[in-house]
Amino acid sequence: MRFFAQIAALVGFNIRTLPSRKGSAAAAIVGIAGVVAVLVGLLSIAQGFRRTMTIAGSPDTVFVLRTGADSELASILTREEAQIIAEAPGVARKNGKALVSPELFVMVNLPKRSTNTDANVPMRGIEQTAFDVRDEVKIVQGRKFQPGRNEVIVGRAAQLQFAGTDLGSDLLFGPNLWKVVGVFEAEGSISESEIWADAAVLAPAYRRGTSYQNAVVRLASAGNYQTFKDSLMTDPRVSLKIVRETEYYAEQSRSIVGLVNVVAGIITTLMGLAAIFGALNTMYTAVAARSREIATLEAIGFRGAPIVISVLIESILLAVLGGVVGALGAWLAFDGFRAATLNWQTFSQVAFSFDVNGPLLVQGIVWAVVIGVIGGLFPAIRAARLPVAVALRER
Amino acid sequence: MKFTRLILSNFKRHKTRTILTILSIMVAFVLFAYLGAFRTAFNYGANIAGQDRLMVRHKVSLIQLLPASYEADIERIDGVAEATHATWFGAIYKDPKNFFGQMPVKPEEFMRMYPEFELPKEQMDAWLKTRTGAIAGRTTADRFGWKVGDKIPLMGTYWRSKESDRLWTFDLVGIYEGAKPETDTSNFYFRHDFFDEMRRGGEGLVGWYIIRVKDPEKAEEVAKRVDAEFANSPAETKTDTEGAFVKGFAEQIGNIGAIVIAILTMVFFTILLVAGNTMAQAVRERMSELGVLKAIGFTDMQVLAMVLTEALLIAVIGGGLGLILGALAVAKGDPTKGALPVFILQPSHAIFGVVCVFLLGLVSGFLPALQAMRMNPVEALRRE
Repeated sequence: MRFFAQIAALVGFNIRTLPSRKGSAAAAIVGIAGVVAVLVGLLSIAQGFRRTMTIAGSPDTVFVLRTGADSELASILTREEAQIIAEAPGVARKNGKALVSPELFVMVNLPKRSTNTDANVPMRGIEQTAFDVRDEVKIVQGRKFQPGRNEVIVGRAAQLQFAGTDLGSDLLFGPNLWKVVGVFEAEGSISESEIWADAAVLAPAYRRGTSYQNAVVRLASAGNYQTFKDSLMTDPRVSLKIVRETEYYAEQSRSIVGLVNVVAGIITTLMGLAAIFGALNTMYTAVAARSREIATLEAIGFRGAPIVISVLIESILLAVLGGVVGALGAWLAFDGFRAATLNWQTFSQVAFSFDVNGPLLVQGIVWAVVIGVIGGLFPAIRAARLPVAVALRER
Repeated sequence: MKFTRLILSNFKRHKTRTILTILSIMVAFVLFAYLGAFRTAFNYGANIAGQDRLMVRHKVSLIQLLPASYEADIERIDGVAEATHATWFGAIYKDPKNFFGQMPVKPEEFMRMYPEFELPKEQMDAWLKTRTGAIAGRTTADRFGWKVGDKIPLMGTYWRSKESDRLWTFDLVGIYEGAKPETDTSNFYFRHDFFDEMRRGGEGLVGWYIIRVKDPEKAEEVAKRVDAEFANSPAETKTDTEGAFVKGFAEQIGNIGAIVIAILTMVFFTILLVAGNTMAQAVRERMSELGVLKAIGFTDMQVLAMVLTEALLIAVIGGGLGLILGALAVAKGDPTKGALPVFILQPSHAIFGVVCVFLLGLVSGFLPALQAMRMNPVEALRRE
């Protein structure tokens, strides 16, 4: 018990004397807060992008493309192939109709609201079944487009990012004029970055004839995936690539998530080093300033181990304080920050928002503790090793 | 310098602190080198764009193709020196993550259009003789360890071959170098005539045109004339200077680059602020000693010079080491393996770094040095 009593007494003593070292303590706290804020902030970009790309992915939804195609853009499906897919086993049905949504995928130019420069916005041609297959899609303003008319509905995220997409306005793509009649939400998924129109109207406008690009299929249950896939893979009439929606979008987000993670890794490693140096400086100064007190403590019976631990605790306390400040700062500054970037697989825009989530905050504070431990350990050992007689003589 | 020993002994007084400060500054300047490389990588378009080149693409979007017959029409337009075309191939080399650009082009016209790509004459001759021939940039050739003579298999995503469907095999006949360090040498070019003959679908269509104008001053006017030429045709065009085109593409990647650069800049200055504060602190602690020096006859200027030299020395050692290490780290190349094709430390950025090193030394040393210079020795001695 004496051991813990000593530690408690020493920690109390250290904390009470903190105000006399507020300059260097503040520098350490600010340094660590900075590291944590930057780490959390940068990783929230990757988290947010990945969330947008994968949020809608449900295990019973499947993407069908032509073999070898890495995205909708590089894929072609004929009307016959779409028919064969609809007849495959395992497909869910509603009122006797197969839940298969054959779709077209093109890009259109719209200016970004923030910079007024052109961006490639994805435009999807769909049939009415799309709303049953992608049941996360909800019209939140206006109405659905009417089949056969030059009308579009715009995703919420696309509307926030791109100019001229407000309800009721007209969009001119090439020679064709489209009227915005509705706005939809899709639980914050990538669909919200898109503009949707009737495939039957979009196809002639883009000279696509009777072909589609991809099909989204709802299975009766996630367990039917293998049956569905095997049946199509062994069908000699078609040559298709079948992939779960979750995997499809995870693959598409890989390059951006990878880029951001590498960049964040380099920056935070270097910053972490700088913060460790800062913390070491603070704690060495703290120990040096108190070498007489420490020696006195040792002379009156305090042991080495409690002294080491008390210095470590002080360092960790400062680090955690910095970590919390930094994590909170990052959360306030970055969470929900809306941005749009290029999906490198389809060359089209994805609107997403930064995501500072619980695990990320924990990760930030863990980093802070690591810095605190390293920054406190060496000075603590020096403190305990001070020869009592020499330290007492020092002035 | 008769004060050298005095300054050195000051360093030794708080050895740990001096070393830690130097290390912090070093880390800051390693970051600074990365900052420069990221900035170049995210905005590389501005560096590679030819002043005299225009890009012509389909008005509706980049993915729509244009008729190959436009080349002759474009070359008849007033102010156009030459035109050529390229097409996005987008195939996969072994694994989708091995991304690099691939384009079928007309070799002679294309190499005339891009003089910044340097290809040895015998390799150019070999390319003209080999229908299945292709050339790769230095970055990509080194990335995959390709040598001239290798067969390069690519799996088509969109384009299919009449003979072998998804599989396209090319003979690597040349490796081109960039004329400048910032030239993007990550692309792979092969012959359009071979591509056009082999592809199933899309015959007679190309991706985009590149124009060299006679007078860069009149580039905008030529761009307008090109778009007017094809107005109201089934495939209308949108023509931009190459600079505007690549800048537009960079803007599509959007604020992520800008955010990374902003964060790095903040980090850099925060580290310097903390290090500078420590350095200033080290001088303030010794005020009474400086008072003694003045009491025994050191002039104001000598005290000022001594304190400044000390600060400068710390900044130069830390910053110099940091810049050297940073330059070495950046020279190892793109850390993302392919996402940032131009990853270099530009000389101008390195020079700016050296300026920052000296500024750091001067600013962090100047205030305490000024204080030390103005101090009344009597006052300083009484402080104890």
